[in-house]
Amino acid sequence: MQTPKTRRVRLATSAMLALTLATTAAACGGGDDEGTTADGKIKLTVATFNEFGYEELIEEYNAMQDDVVVEQKKAGTANEHQDNLYTKLAAGSGLSDIEAIEVDWWSALMEQSDAFVDLSDPEVEGRWLDWKTEAATTPDGALIGYGTDIGPEGICYRADLFEKAGLPTDREEVAELFGDWDSYFEAGREFVEKVPGTAWYDSSGGTAQAMINQVEYSFEDEDNTVIAADNPEVKEVFETITANAADGLSTGLTQWSEDWTASFQDDGFATMACPGWMLGVIEGNAAGVEGWDIANVFPGGGGNWGGSYLTVPAQGDHTEEAKELAKWLTAPEQQIKAFEAKGTFPSQVEALDDPALTGSTNAFFNDAPTGEILADRAEAVPFIAHKGPKFADINTAFQQAIQRVDEGQESADEAWDSFLADIERLG
Amino acid sequence: MKAGSTAVEPVGDTGASSVSPTGSRSPRKRRDVGPRPAWRQRLTLLDAKVTPYVFVSPFFVLFLVVGMFPLGYTAWVSIHDWGLLSGQGEFNGLDNYRRVLEDRYFWNALRNTFSIFVLSSVPQVLIALALAGLLDTQLRARTLWRMSVLLPFVVAPAAVALIFGNVFGDRYGLANELIQWIGLDPIRWHVDTLASHVAIASMVNWRWTGYNALILLAAMQAVPRDVYESAALDGAGRVRQFVSITVPMIRPTVIFVIITSTIGGLQIFAEPRLFDTQGLGGADRQYQTLTMYLWELGWRVRDLGMASAVAWLLFLIIVVFALLNLFLSRRAGSLKGLNRKGGRR
Repeated sequence: MQTPKTRRVRLATSAMLALTLATTAAACGGGDDEGTTADGKIKLTVATFNEFGYEELIEEYNAMQDDVVVEQKKAGTANEHQDNLYTKLAAGSGLSDIEAIEVDWWSALMEQSDAFVDLSDPEVEGRWLDWKTEAATTPDGALIGYGTDIGPEGICYRADLFEKAGLPTDREEVAELFGDWDSYFEAGREFVEKVPGTAWYDSSGGTAQAMINQVEYSFEDEDNTVIAADNPEVKEVFETITANAADGLSTGLTQWSEDWTASFQDDGFATMACPGWMLGVIEGNAAGVEGWDIANVFPGGGGNWGGSYLTVPAQGDHTEEAKELAKWLTAPEQQIKAFEAKGTFPSQVEALDDPALTGSTNAFFNDAPTGEILADRAEAVPFIAHKGPKFADINTAFQQAIQRVDEGQESADEAWDSFLADIERLG
Repeated sequence: MKAGSTAVEPVGDTGASSVSPTGSRSPRKRRDVGPRPAWRQRLTLLDAKVTPYVFVSPFFVLFLVVGMFPLGYTAWVSIHDWGLLSGQGEFNGLDNYRRVLEDRYFWNALRNTFSIFVLSSVPQVLIALALAGLLDTQLRARTLWRMSVLLPFVVAPAAVALIFGNVFGDRYGLANELIQWIGLDPIRWHVDTLASHVAIASMVNWRWTGYNALILLAAMQAVPRDVYESAALDGAGRVRQFVSITVPMIRPTVIFVIITSTIGGLQIFAEPRLFDTQGLGGADRQYQTLTMYLWELGWRVRDLGMASAVAWLLFLIIVVFALLNLFLSRRAGSLKGLNRKGGRR
């Protein structure tokens, strides 16, 4: 029998159940590392993203001493890595002993400098390029990050596809073609006409980012006031890139997406802006593809894209040991080895004229003298673009606006307007 | 048991002594033989009444700590300026709610959430019901079949997202290759709003259909077999039996499945989050769900106050929908049932 009363009780129970499930369904992950291994050694974790070239260095460090075991945690993209960093920074626990931080996010995290150990040490004074150290020093003189690499950019290209299009293939001749952005895009228009089905560059986003990095004050001015909406230089980059996409220069893919990764194997595009650390990424994605080369040139002079720091979060259990490890990993000798492995170009002064660096070649890029080329490219960088605390957030919105045009969801004008609305929203 | 009754004792004691000053002694004395047996009796009564609650209390205490406390704390955060890293700021009343409701991405996320919810939950429950009906028949190697429908549930959502990410690649995906092989135009799974919702819903369905089917199967097995026999004698076919006997008889379980999938469906996060590398639900936020929107506010915009406001709005939406679904499915059930007045069984 089902009396009205049991009905009501059942209804109440079901409602209660619904409430319970609704409130408990949100789960969260917990930390697992206790900081020591089973045999009593100190366990240090190093969290990085993309390719830092640390795999062999960490093995070397582990073999060098007895009481510390180092493990690397690699995130696929800088975004993912940063999300994790923010989450655990807010939670106050769960971060690795050493966290890599990309320069785009750097000033947002500088506002939280208390959360990181002051790494200043007489031993490392003068180790890095001045601007690299200055950016990592707080107003009261604490050094919260050790520089790893910088991102001087060259142009990577597919010599085999260039040949198909009747363009020069030799890297010196190619360099002459790309003196400024106009000539680079013009060559692209010629290329896509002759080789249909293959785009000129890998993504609108990556190219836009390269151009934005050449603007000293792009999204924020000296006082970190947001100027993105009224900055004619930003608007110009936006207009150029979206016009190019209409001409078929871009693959229309987002960097780091699965299709983007797959396009390396499929003759998806012929060139891309490549900072040193991108060499390792290209080599990984384009494994088995022959014809990659790098030209000692960058449109519009020089440009720096990315580069990172190693920090030691104050919440770690073994900050002393972590500092030692960070100091070792960012020493010039080690950075040169990382460069040889994955192309991460040193920010360390001493490494720059080290014959091990300048003499290094890269077999995948047709034995190009990558050390020499990137050293030249680093010298050609006229200034380091200013990136305030909101840079990464605005940049994401900027990239999305470009992507919407690529995907045909909005016209260039509509996308620009919604970009302005997004800036407004970020506050 | 012993520990329980000794713990209750002082309660009974104070209860008895508090009776005397009120002057209600004489009628009580008449009913009770003496003060001591009265205590005993009342103690036993209390024991019978209170002990069950003591036994079920661990759940409710836990629920209070891990369920109600975060709920309350989230409400507290939602009425303050609260940065992810900077922590608690000024009290600002309902300002966070106002800002959320004025944000166009909130409404966009709401639309996406409902669309993905409908595309996932409806087919999911229907397929699970049919699947359970099939598994309830006399199959060879029944256990194998029953176990195998649970297999997708065991695979981690991140792995599912990875595999489906390959299947639903815009340019180089397996699904598009098949579609082109048939001779149709490729679908832009990551660009077109509806296509992206279908792709995400299929990930969700892949994961949850088998799980729900097993729950429904368990309920079906409790249906007495003789009912089917008499139905068969009356000339009812398989389908008719399923619709007229099985489904009405497992109605409470169906309601349970509908409510849990409503709750799950409105909270979809991992699948759309991992559908691209940016994690914002596409360049135009075509597949940003409410939970992803919440995450964006909290961890990208780093405004926990607004994120908490979204959490509360989402909570209210879910409660409303769970109750609505409960009401609708009960209603539908009793309309289809033998007797509208609830006199069945």
